[in-house]
Amino acid sequence: MSAPYLPAGLPAPAPQPDGLDAAYWDGTREHELRVQRCDHCGACQWGPEWICHRCLSFEMGWKTLAGRGRIYSWERVWHPVHPALADHGAYIVALVTLDDADDARMIGNLLGDPQQTVQIGAAVEAVFEDHDEGTSSYTLVHWRVTT
Amino acid sequence: MSQRTLRGAVAVAGIGETEYYKRGRAPETELVLTLRAILCAAEDAGIDPREIDGFASYSNDRNEPSRLAAALGLPELRFSNMQWGGGGGGGSAAVANAAAAIHAGLADCVVVYRGLAQGQFGRFGAGQRRPTLSGDAALWYPYGLMSPAQMFAMRANRLMYEHGIGHETFRAISLASYHHAQANPRAVMHGRPLDVETYESARWIVEPYRLYDCCLENDGAGSHNVPDYATASFKTLAPRLYEMAGVTPSDVDVLQSYENFTAGVVMSLIEHGFCKPEEANEFITVENLLAPEGKLPLNTSGGNLAECYMHGFELQLEAVRQLRGTSTSQVPDAVVSMVTSGPMVTPVSNMILGSGEALG
Repeated sequence: MSAPYLPAGLPAPAPQPDGLDAAYWDGTREHELRVQRCDHCGACQWGPEWICHRCLSFEMGWKTLAGRGRIYSWERVWHPVHPALADHGAYIVALVTLDDADDARMIGNLLGDPQQTVQIGAAVEAVFEDHDEGTSSYTLVHWRVTT
Repeated sequence: MSQRTLRGAVAVAGIGETEYYKRGRAPETELVLTLRAILCAAEDAGIDPREIDGFASYSNDRNEPSRLAAALGLPELRFSNMQWGGGGGGGSAAVANAAAAIHAGLADCVVVYRGLAQGQFGRFGAGQRRPTLSGDAALWYPYGLMSPAQMFAMRANRLMYEHGIGHETFRAISLASYHHAQANPRAVMHGRPLDVETYESARWIVEPYRLYDCCLENDGAGSHNVPDYATASFKTLAPRLYEMAGVTPSDVDVLQSYENFTAGVVMSLIEHGFCKPEEANEFITVENLLAPEGKLPLNTSGGNLAECYMHGFELQLEAVRQLRGTSTSQVPDAVVSMVTSGPMVTPVSNMILGSGEALG
């Protein structure tokens, strides 16, 4: 497995104790990308919430996606705001519109050359990055431009 | 039937402030600074401080009204209000909340305030240092998205993409604030002018923000899933403000617009109708933003970028000074003075002050 995109020492994600996002994080461990889908009206939404934004039902289920999307926006971070990033150099954060998810968007890192020219609208695919060091195991979802 | 409006209902009777210090250098505690500013405002208003019967603040101010009331020996505390959420976006709302309380008869004399001494408490909005995170932060921090600049830079990139806004337009905001700070001896950046070359050669914080695009002390979490993303959150609010005030953008003589980031001001200007998105590059130039001659004098005491980092409250004071004729960069005959607080957070707020002449 290739090296993680960002160095060790950043906060690790953990599912909420109340279970709201458990299915998402469980999915990442299985390399599946899941977002909420309302059991009542079928609308997808992200980040997770207890209620459907469209029809106000509390019956929220989940949908597994193919892991494709398009870059909606992006930024190249230079200034390190966390000690773990002190000597890392620039990195890219992307906001990706997910295909087949009612335009739900998700944050991730954009893999590849940190100095690459980023095109809003570029097609991307999900890349799962497992972390099994230390006491917490988790998987991040990054993105890579598809040709 | 009485109108549901604050127009002409309440007056700003006094303003006060302490000296502004660099972060960590305040010689007194945050509470003492807050009390001093309140006493200063009471003196400016020509009232005995014990006439104060209410307080309103925003952005999780630490200086509780109960303690302030006890410290000042107030006979009554009738209004104790915090604008909920939005950080600096609540500055105008705090004024509105106080005004509404007075107008409705809940209090007679309310102090709106912001007290901040970050060295005493640690950096406002500092990045998380916990080893694990849950909730929304778990979806952002592991990807290196933590600080306010990082939360909002993507909105700026989207703005540039949707409307062809150039970085020179962001730069004009920064240059205007720094220019006005040179006339203001209270400003932290007084004596430290900013020119184009310095702006352009400054380091990237997070593209498209360079150093001088960023107010350094900030809070704010973003939502990345709102259908309308490249927005300062004023699109529905600006029309309501103009309707209550009974003015149009062309009536506004001077504007204080919260600069957490220069792109946020550009969005604020567009959403308050000062220019269309496709006109922004042509309209938002340094020349147009400078007092006294510019078409839209902006942040005339230096703003968040160059006067001080009081989460926008200094903008409220400057808006009052412009109507009194006491600004260090005075706009001649200013009678309509506006403030926008935010931007890009939620909720945001805005306000228009008018002189007696403006009320007609």
